[in-house]
Amino acid sequence: MDYSQFWAMMPELIILGLFFIVFILDVFSKDGSNKKFLTPVSTILFGLATVAIWVLPAGTEAVFGGMYINDAACKAIKAILNIGVFIVFLQSAKWVDSDEVAIRKGEFYELMLATLFGMYLMISARHLLLFVIGLETASLPLAAMVAFNKKHYESHEAAIKYILTAVFSSAILLMGLSFVYAFSGEGSLYFEDIRNSVTGQANSGLMICALAFVIAGIGFKLSLVPFHLWTADTYQGAPTAITAYLSVISKGAAAFTFFVIFVQAFGTLYEGVWEWMMYAVIIATITIGNIFAIRQKNLKRFMAFSSISQAGYIMLAVVGNSAMSVSALTYYVLIYVVANLSVFTIISSIEEHNNGTVQMDSYNGLYKTNPRLAFLMTLALFSLGGIPPFAGMFSKFFVFMAAVGTHDIHTTLGAWAYGVVFIALVNTVISLYYYLLIVKAMFIKHSDNPLPTFQSACSTKLALAICTVGIVAFGICSFVFDWISVAVNA
Amino acid sequence: MFSNFLIWFVIVPIIMMAGLACCGNSNMKAIRAVMVTCSTILLAMAIYLVYDFLQLRAAGNTDEMLYTGSWMWYAPLNIHLAVGVDGISVLMLLLSAIIVFAGTFASWKIDPLPKNFFLWFALLSTGVFGFFISIDMFTMFMFYEVALIPMYLLIGVWGTGRKEYSAMKLTLMLMGGSAFLMLGLLGIYWHSSADSSALTWNILEISKNGAIPAGWQNLLFCFTFVGFGVLGAMFPFHTWSPDGHACAPTAVSMLHAGVLMKLGGYGCFRIAIYLLPAAATELAWIFIILTGISIVYGAFSACVQTDLKYINAYSSVSHCGMVLFAILMLNRTAMTGGILQMLSHGLMTALFFALIGMIYGRTHTRDIREMGGMMKIMPYLGVCYMIAGFASLGLPGLSGFVAEMTIFFGSFEHADWFHRGFVIAATTSIVITAVYILRVVGKLILGPVQNEHHLQLTDASWWERLSTATLIICLAGIGFFPQWINETIQQSFTPIINALNSVM
Repeated sequence: MDYSQFWAMMPELIILGLFFIVFILDVFSKDGSNKKFLTPVSTILFGLATVAIWVLPAGTEAVFGGMYINDAACKAIKAILNIGVFIVFLQSAKWVDSDEVAIRKGEFYELMLATLFGMYLMISARHLLLFVIGLETASLPLAAMVAFNKKHYESHEAAIKYILTAVFSSAILLMGLSFVYAFSGEGSLYFEDIRNSVTGQANSGLMICALAFVIAGIGFKLSLVPFHLWTADTYQGAPTAITAYLSVISKGAAAFTFFVIFVQAFGTLYEGVWEWMMYAVIIATITIGNIFAIRQKNLKRFMAFSSISQAGYIMLAVVGNSAMSVSALTYYVLIYVVANLSVFTIISSIEEHNNGTVQMDSYNGLYKTNPRLAFLMTLALFSLGGIPPFAGMFSKFFVFMAAVGTHDIHTTLGAWAYGVVFIALVNTVISLYYYLLIVKAMFIKHSDNPLPTFQSACSTKLALAICTVGIVAFGICSFVFDWISVAVNA
Repeated sequence: MFSNFLIWFVIVPIIMMAGLACCGNSNMKAIRAVMVTCSTILLAMAIYLVYDFLQLRAAGNTDEMLYTGSWMWYAPLNIHLAVGVDGISVLMLLLSAIIVFAGTFASWKIDPLPKNFFLWFALLSTGVFGFFISIDMFTMFMFYEVALIPMYLLIGVWGTGRKEYSAMKLTLMLMGGSAFLMLGLLGIYWHSSADSSALTWNILEISKNGAIPAGWQNLLFCFTFVGFGVLGAMFPFHTWSPDGHACAPTAVSMLHAGVLMKLGGYGCFRIAIYLLPAAATELAWIFIILTGISIVYGAFSACVQTDLKYINAYSSVSHCGMVLFAILMLNRTAMTGGILQMLSHGLMTALFFALIGMIYGRTHTRDIREMGGMMKIMPYLGVCYMIAGFASLGLPGLSGFVAEMTIFFGSFEHADWFHRGFVIAATTSIVITAVYILRVVGKLILGPVQNEHHLQLTDASWWERLSTATLIICLAGIGFFPQWINETIQQSFTPIINALNSVM
């Protein structure tokens, strides 16, 4: 074996190296010192790692016999996820320094890096085995992270729900993959070989079962309806930083992987097979996510349903199966990362100063006392709702463009494509309604005892600054999309 | 890019926002200074644009759009920031500038949070100006939505009455309309050229290519016309308008009824009809029925209202219905009338809402049953109200007459009974309009004083006089010199009429 192949895995190696550095620092730090240095060191090192991953050249060829590739598209999505994780590190800095958590803060960073490592493998995998390893590496540490608030029983409940569904969905996924294996004559699990072996199997019952199982398995990670039932409880119970992580990083990685598998391995079965399944799933995801979000009073549950419907929009890019699908998807993930993390940063910042409650009532009259936070929250919500000139509108528009693609409405397929986009568009109006509910609470509703004025921590401010720059500039400055578009289509 | 004159119509409002952001939260003087300076600059720019445009036309420049410029924005999707104006957009820009100017003075004493009010107000103006200068469908759509969303906060925070309900209703209905619109625009884009590698968002190129298959056009026409029609208050999608206008603060009502509703008419004209002429000739009848209902229904509804703002809002439904009705007649005369009606209605409604705001600011009621004798109490405002009323009911010498006469003449050019029947039905609205206008004038302006306390009220202050006088001068200007506007816009109809003729 040629060990120099490992150099092609530079992003993974960097994350792994970082993991060991944090681990050693954690182990050798004095007990009782509250490990004050660990937060800035991890955050700064991670920032440097992000830059390194960004500037390192992308690999052009698959290594390990074609199992792994770090091409420009993988590099782009990894860089985007890294930005997200960096923001999560910043926003959680205050929380991990609190007395309850400080003693375990080493674990927090280690687990976070471990799941990220898993996601990297998932993204770069071109072989089902590596994909499954990545998926498991990504999911299991997350369960520990969800249970991080060990003195709160909601956190435990959330973790149990998460781990059970994660294990169950993995089982279903593996079942589906074993069916796929049944088709591969030579027993090869490389995506390319699968593509050859499944071509022309559109009418096979086993193949349809396999696809349904794979969609269900990854659908759990993406919380697509009807595989979403764990989402609200887990999001509500998990510490806010972890909820943020789950809702953007984990989802972004899963969405990209979904795209890679379905286009590279099952691309030939698009027409007439998984496309229909995905249309049904998308309509259900967007609509049900939105309708349930309307009734939520707890902001974290609310964001859970909002993120379910956002996942549906991301999937729209996948079913477009057009030339711009992958750039639209990657761009959507980037914008979703900054907008959603902005909301979560504000939620966690307010939660801290509000005895840990995240009810929507506590946002009443926020504008009077904390005008800046209210304003930034409004920008982020507008972006999520797809209001220009904020970036969310551009990403939604491009996803819709990709979904409609060159479909001809006179064919059944084309009519469906337009129909699904229409339903998605109607849903943007519904989503705007519930995003405006928060805006209404902050700006219009009066409160007898609004939240007192407070100063956020520096790290929180920095996180918000990065997010807001993203929300405002990533749409208007077209070079962001150009960069992604060039990178992923290279 | 910055050497293009039109771009500055977007940059100036952005500078205005930046300037406001630098002002102190309650530093009224600084805020007013920024607003007055920038809105005056905009007005001056718009006037200069009209002048320069006419000069260019007189010099023999017959291009469809002048001052064109196009800069690549999203290269992979062929989205440009493309600008250009013809006679119609020039006048729309002028209208917007006048109303932003008047609206600034009408909200001289806005309370609370003046800075934020003007920030959202400026964002709304950015959207409006951007929409009228764009000739790229994507940027047009973007600016369209930029103009819509500030309404939520403007009504929700600074409005009166059932403001939360109205703000939400207005925003969601208009956004629902833009959902239709977006699908229509996507459909147009993907069929904009026979060559699939040369798809374009540019309106002029799409029209030149004429590649959209006829079967497609029908569907896309419905999507785009309904999408813009919602903003144009077309029956049955008009219900946001009365509630929204009634609850909005003065300047916002002015800008919304005066300019924003014109975005609907302009969009129907520029996108639905211009780009999809085959469908327009085939499906116009459906929308003629709907707009016909708007005209008559709006007028009847206005008759039974007692809230001044509701009266005016329903009258807007009726008058804006007239705009779409005229455009759908698909001939030059009626369309000219439609554009005149846009201008006339924009100025007149803005004047109405400004006056209602001023009266409400003094009496704290908008119920006509509780007021009377305004002519004795505040003669200046009373006279202005009567002038606005006369413009509305189509008194010769004011803009309403010119616009409505042209529309009815143009519409009657159709020889078939379907069109003529609807024209006759629509003309009845003139009489109904007279009923509700004269009823208000008789009661509110000339009737006996209803409330002793009202006798203490003062007449208009200088900023109110400035605001209303600007609008009245323009109303009379159109009424006396319609040929001047006619000259400006005539040439703009040629491409659209050619497109329609080619498919008839």
